Amino acid sequence: MIKVGDELPAQDFPVTRADLVRYAGASGDFNPIHWNERFAKSVGLPDVIAHGMFTMATAIRVVTDWIGDPGAVVEYGVRFTRPVVVPYPGEAVITVSGTVRDVRADGLAEVDLTATVDGQTVLAKAKAVVRPPI
Amino acid sequence: MPVPESIVGRVYPPTEPYLVSREKIREFADAINDSNACYRSPEAARALGHPDVVAPPTFPIVLTIPAGHQLIFDPEVDIDYGRVVHGEQRFEHARPVHAGDRLQVVVAVDGVRVAAGNELITTRSEVRTTEDELVVTAFATIVVRGPEK
Repeated sequence: MIKVGDELPAQDFPVTRADLVRYAGASGDFNPIHWNERFAKSVGLPDVIAHGMFTMATAIRVVTDWIGDPGAVVEYGVRFTRPVVVPYPGEAVITVSGTVRDVRADGLAEVDLTATVDGQTVLAKAKAVVRPPI
Repeated sequence: MPVPESIVGRVYPPTEPYLVSREKIREFADAINDSNACYRSPEAARALGHPDVVAPPTFPIVLTIPAGHQLIFDPEVDIDYGRVVHGEQRFEHARPVHAGDRLQVVVAVDGVRVAAGNELITTRSEVRTTEDELVVTAFATIVVRGPEK
């Protein structure tokens, strides 16, 4: 039984350049800002940044790991507020937590997600609508 | 060069049908480091009532980004791809995507505006089966960053 105020187990997700290259290949988004440091800097970015969609896909894992069935996610949206800078060598760590904000009259649960890197928010308005298990 | 407001309301033609495969779903799940069995095992997915392996919630981006290139590389729009970043993204799932789905995307331009020196283009991408069943609608805001101050 999902209740308002339930906290989803928080998780830390490390991200490396290799992850971004693999995500580029799997998603088909080969924008060089996600793998070419020289290019990223030439267009005014501090360094290579993660695909927003990689961060988005990572953040919803807190929900799908909690609910079990990924098909239970009926709606999921985010705003990308700050780029996730991925250094080389090294890694960035995306920390994600979630809270059930509402259980609607139709039985669907609304989950607010927070995603931070080094304590700074990288996603805003991150919200998932989830169908609870029967 | 500013993005012309005349593109608001533009609807691009449906993309070629895309056959969602188990292998592509597994590749995508691997790329987001997600070990959920439903993305790999038809038995695990069926145990939860799905007809075949289920795709991660953000998987439709595999179809909607190339579909959106119709807009980004539209000669009448003339966007500098190197200055494009993703502003917002939202998916409304009528149902999950499964292996075996044959999907097409229709991209529509919902709006164009300027905020803090950047251009924001909002799009709505409807992902339907070739039998015209709506599976997911993807809403995106594309940011074309303005010149550095």
